[in-house]
Amino acid sequence: MREKILSYIEKNSRIDLKELAILLGTTEPEIAQELSEMESEGIICGYHTLIDWDKVTTDRVNALIEVRVTPQRGQGFDAIAERIYKYPEVNATYLISGGYDLLVSLEGKTLREISNFVSQKLSTLESVISTTTYFVLKKYKDHGTILNGDSEDERMIVTP
Amino acid sequence: MRNPLSEKIVSIKPSGIRKFFDIASEMKDVISLGVGEPDFDTPWFIRDEGIYSLEKGRTFYTSNSGLLELRKEICNYLKRRVDVNYDAGHEVIITVGGSEAIDIAMRAMLDPGDEVLIPQPSYVSYEPCVVLAGGTPVIIELKNENEFKLTKQELLDAITDKTKILVMPFPNNPTGAIMTKEELKDIAEVCVEKDIFVLSDEIYSELTYDKPHYSIAALPGMKERTILINGFSKGYAMTGWRLGYACGPKDIILQMTKIHQFCIMCAPTTSQYAAVEALRQGDEAVEKMRESYNQRRRFLMYSFKEMGLPCFEPFGAFYVFPCIKEFNMTSEEFAFALLDAKRLAVVPGSAFGDCGEGFIRISYAYSLEKLKIAMSKLSEYITELRAKNEKK
Repeated sequence: MREKILSYIEKNSRIDLKELAILLGTTEPEIAQELSEMESEGIICGYHTLIDWDKVTTDRVNALIEVRVTPQRGQGFDAIAERIYKYPEVNATYLISGGYDLLVSLEGKTLREISNFVSQKLSTLESVISTTTYFVLKKYKDHGTILNGDSEDERMIVTP
Repeated sequence: MRNPLSEKIVSIKPSGIRKFFDIASEMKDVISLGVGEPDFDTPWFIRDEGIYSLEKGRTFYTSNSGLLELRKEICNYLKRRVDVNYDAGHEVIITVGGSEAIDIAMRAMLDPGDEVLIPQPSYVSYEPCVVLAGGTPVIIELKNENEFKLTKQELLDAITDKTKILVMPFPNNPTGAIMTKEELKDIAEVCVEKDIFVLSDEIYSELTYDKPHYSIAALPGMKERTILINGFSKGYAMTGWRLGYACGPKDIILQMTKIHQFCIMCAPTTSQYAAVEALRQGDEAVEKMRESYNQRRRFLMYSFKEMGLPCFEPFGAFYVFPCIKEFNMTSEEFAFALLDAKRLAVVPGSAFGDCGEGFIRISYAYSLEKLKIAMSKLSEYITELRAKNEKK
């Protein structure tokens, strides 16, 4: 049941308990209990809204930054990762296998804001060896959802 | 000039859906619940394999009975899903959809005078296929009180000395009915005792919501008298690829292959390569679609309950079959009036046989959002009807 609830709300977090209970063939109290348990267990970490900001404002820039760092004795990458993800403008931070160590997703108002962050904050951290910044030019698909992807039902209207 | 047409063909009446389709498709802004195919696109990895096979230039014929690789995968699949063992070399033929398999099975097995038992309501093509093959269709009218399952008694009552084939259309279009292993046992016993062959159309086998589909071919003594028909259209959302198959006794498959060889040559090659991938990697994608259909099915059953529209709970395919007898209209009148009043298209139950009269088929191969709009329109409509009938 948990996985069914999760795979449903992963795509639609505007939960109507009654409706979800009907769809999954269970009761409202059971759904409510599972949800609150999963919240307190940290399985459900938040309820976000997927927004295509490009349609609202031009004042938003996203960047992906590859960061190479020196891991610290006893703490590996965790300490330096924390130093980075605490900045509020950082959206996501991942430890990555391959040619670099951390992938940082960043959101700012302007290119300058992002370049300031990289040059003044990120690069100056002691364990950071190098950074490569990529600016996002266009978002096609985000969180499994195709943006601008409305397709019409082209099936015939009645078939046997 | 002489009459250019065959009397036999002219005497076959066109599908009951045709008239309804012609009118509905002329209208604007119609919300349709009338479609008998999945709303999902074919999963991307399957389409990708089709594209790859075209890029590789695999644009040739395959052997008449289809790619051996695909027949082997089908045998693995049937072993895995319904626990029946078939020999990929002699007991499987790949066809152009399940529809072709129905046609060539009838043609391979029937002589004039042979009777074929067809339980209805059911898919529209069994009866004409039997007629075209020179056989005589005998209709068994399934009942709402039995949840549109075939009972042993109904079967016994319909059997004559001439009965040769029983069509088993489960999971059923249009009712959504399924038959369990226990229920199939009763039917199988009669078939063995009376020496009747079974054409088991299992095209919706992946879409059952209570327990996994059970095939009548898996019962003792049944594999040797069953033509199992299935395909990729419904479970894998591959209707447009036109790919199905039939499995059965070597002698029958051999004759079916003869007809297929002369009329069709082989099923589409691109589709066959894509289907190999569907069977190898498809389980997870099918499971996702099944869960989605199941949610919509529950939503519709709940909506009918709210409206007070009687409907038995079906556990298969993607149809529900509510009863509209309380409104004193024929299914066709109801469907046309609903289309006219609310721009909502459903299919009259009578399109699937006379005993479908008094019912409508509603497909849930639509997004939940669409179904919600449709159910509120249906609810409005029947509330208006009830108010009108009360005044009288």
